Amino acid sequence: MSKVLMKGNEAVAEAAVLGGCRYFFGYPITPQNEIPEYLAKRLPEVGGTFLQAESEISAINMVFGAAGSGARVMTSSSGPGISLKQEGISYISGAELPCVIVNMVRGGPGLGNIGPAQSDYFQATKGGGHGDYRLIVFGPASVQELVDLTIEAFELADRYRNPVMILGDGILGQMMEPVEFKVKEIRKGPEKPWAATGAKGRARNLITSLYIVPEELEEHCRKLKEKYDRIAAVEKRHESYFADDTEIVLAAYGTTARICKAVVDQARDEGIRAGLIRPVTLWPFPDEPYYKAAEHADAFLTVEMSNGQMVEDVRLSVNGRKPVHFLGRTGGIVPTKAEIYAEVKKIVEGGVR
Amino acid sequence: MSAAKVFTKPASMTDKIMHFCPGCTHGIIQRLVAEVIDELDIRENTIAVGPVGCAVFCYDYWDVDFHQASHGRAPAVATGVKRVHPDKVVFSLQGDGDIAAIGTTEIVHAAARGEKISCLFVNNSIYGMTGGQMAPTTIVGQKTTTTPGGRDSNMAGYPVKLTEMLAVLDGTAYSARVSVHNPANVIKAKKVIKKAFEVQIKGEGFAIVEILSTCPTNWGLSPVESIKWLEENILPYFPIGEFKTPGEVSR
Amino acid sequence: MLEELIIAGFGGQGVMSMGQLITYAGMIENKNVAWIPSYGPEMRGGTANCAVTISDREISSPVVTEPTSVIIMNQPSLTRFLPTLKPGGLLLINSSLVSADISRNDLRVLEIPSNELANEKLNNTRVANIIILGAYIESTKVVTIDSIVESLKKVLPERRHNLIPLNRQALELGAEFARLAKV
Ligand SMILES: Cc1ncc(C[n+]2csc(CCOP(=O)(O)OP(=O)(O)O)c2C)c(N)n1
Repeated sequence: MSKVLMKGNEAVAEAAVLGGCRYFFGYPITPQNEIPEYLAKRLPEVGGTFLQAESEISAINMVFGAAGSGARVMTSSSGPGISLKQEGISYISGAELPCVIVNMVRGGPGLGNIGPAQSDYFQATKGGGHGDYRLIVFGPASVQELVDLTIEAFELADRYRNPVMILGDGILGQMMEPVEFKVKEIRKGPEKPWAATGAKGRARNLITSLYIVPEELEEHCRKLKEKYDRIAAVEKRHESYFADDTEIVLAAYGTTARICKAVVDQARDEGIRAGLIRPVTLWPFPDEPYYKAAEHADAFLTVEMSNGQMVEDVRLSVNGRKPVHFLGRTGGIVPTKAEIYAEVKKIVEGGVR
Repeated sequence: MSAAKVFTKPASMTDKIMHFCPGCTHGIIQRLVAEVIDELDIRENTIAVGPVGCAVFCYDYWDVDFHQASHGRAPAVATGVKRVHPDKVVFSLQGDGDIAAIGTTEIVHAAARGEKISCLFVNNSIYGMTGGQMAPTTIVGQKTTTTPGGRDSNMAGYPVKLTEMLAVLDGTAYSARVSVHNPANVIKAKKVIKKAFEVQIKGEGFAIVEILSTCPTNWGLSPVESIKWLEENILPYFPIGEFKTPGEVSR
Repeated sequence: MLEELIIAGFGGQGVMSMGQLITYAGMIENKNVAWIPSYGPEMRGGTANCAVTISDREISSPVVTEPTSVIIMNQPSLTRFLPTLKPGGLLLINSSLVSADISRNDLRVLEIPSNELANEKLNNTRVANIIILGAYIESTKVVTIDSIVESLKKVLPERRHNLIPLNRQALELGAEFARLAKV
């Protein structure tokens, strides 16, 4: 049997190693501490470097330097730390550098608490830092998916020269599930002729996000937009669970999507034609499946551990064709199957308009 | 015969039961601060600024006005408070990670500006709150969850002697290190903390007091073993003493 | 089969590792499993709990809010989790530590004086948890004692493998207690 039982955080860390990550810079914060703790042991075993920075600001800037030097590099944190990294993320995006950033989201705003939350969705998918840039954002829903998407994140980051964010939550990080590491050999990144490696026998390489001439910056932003359009055209991913003949479609990602699956099971058992469309990429957002589902579904229900963030993208996707309802819990509280099911019933019985 | 009361809870302390782990000396430090506030009679005149770290709930125990700061930024927040309230006593309490890693900039520049605030710095040589990772004050060789083989100075460098560093700044009026691992030191520590407040009250400038503390939970030792470990490992590296007193010319 | 178990007690009582053992055993038996702990520093000295899901289908939700079984190791946890148990659910209580005053009559209840049993029969209170685990397995049959022993071999470092026979004894003692009590 090739499966092992692992915590989400440790699984991400091992997946990063298999994905070719050789450098990790981070700063402790709950609930993601097992990632740096695992890598402090593991990276030296494969000739890599683990370094605990003095702050998240420093950590992301170390990532900036390592990425510009051509390495596969990762950092991880949670809410408050990810906020501190935003400036660096903007620079990394502007300089078009590949890296992987993990956010095991906790309750906010401010110091909030360490419970699971999904309230960093806007920050992850709509910018977060300054300027016109996009991150590729994955929203895994199981420990296995954490592994598969982390390994893939390094490939996408290099393919597009763009940061990729893994948006988890406290539960995904702490949960143990059996996982299979399908990648048997540690991956290596592609050649990076653009990297700052010392201009030996070639023209110098410049890693920068500074374009002081307005026309040149506009040209750069246009190039970025073309890249984002290219990504959006081919990288949208979702999972559809009983969503082909529905009266109600649930929309949820991550841990919340798991609970919604159980709600769909219960609804189907009790004769309600419910389904779930779960985005796997949060950016680019898989809009089409929702748009199409609006043909047969009477209503949508978005469930999040937030005050309502992804629901805006679901509404944009459904584009006014059908009502999109929302159920959210915050503060580190996970919505229960019972409360979601009650909402589903209320909607299909016509109680909510 | 009437009994004389020799021990009581400081008036500027609340009745809240402390959340610290058994054997941790954070609680002693919080109490000493409350005693000093009582003795100087400044409870109604004081604004405290807290850290992010094990002392994050310090406002639960001190019955004074309080301002939260994000991780490492307490000296900047305290600066803001003091500039608005120059006639109030403003002090901060921070852990070693808070003050000597993520918040190094803020503490250095508060000192350089000669902010008239009192900064207390609890050095337990580890990140307590987050479960025992390496701190900027972790001793070389000390095992933590992010230095599983012991802190290797080749990879992770050396402990930061922040209090000595701050002593060389012209803006610093008072800089001292104390410990609370036994009764004699507790008494000394209180005197020094009091002095840091007095320096502020007299308008003499910026004061920093580092207080050595134990962390049995994350050191993986019993409370008694922790005290021994502190004596044998921390005290030799972080010696107790005053590094600068008011009026002294900067070295 | 869908078993949703919550184990709750004080931090340091071994609640987390009990859950991990069952999860591991389920995985060995090729079942779908998941384990979620309560986490963070505020758990120190406070109450700790973990949720275990074992199913022969793919697990939709690993988050357990209406458990089918609950194992209770301290008083506050009884108050907290008793109302959440599904009707017909199994309530296992370490009666050496918790005085049971059960306000519901739609449950299967098993009280085990686990610390006394461990002390009297095995002369080692450290296996009190494992006795309860044995009783749980006997009452639910979600995994076998053999699989737990198998997991112990994986979870315990080599130098602790000498403890495995004692643990097996404890599991069997718990199972026998449950068999005689016939919940
Ligand atoms: C921006 C940010 N990064 C990380 C954290 C997580 N965090 C909370 S406390 C702490 C370190 C505390 O260590 P220390 O300052 O030494 O104080 P102690 O807990 O040991 O008293 C960290 C890293 C946070 N709250 N905010």
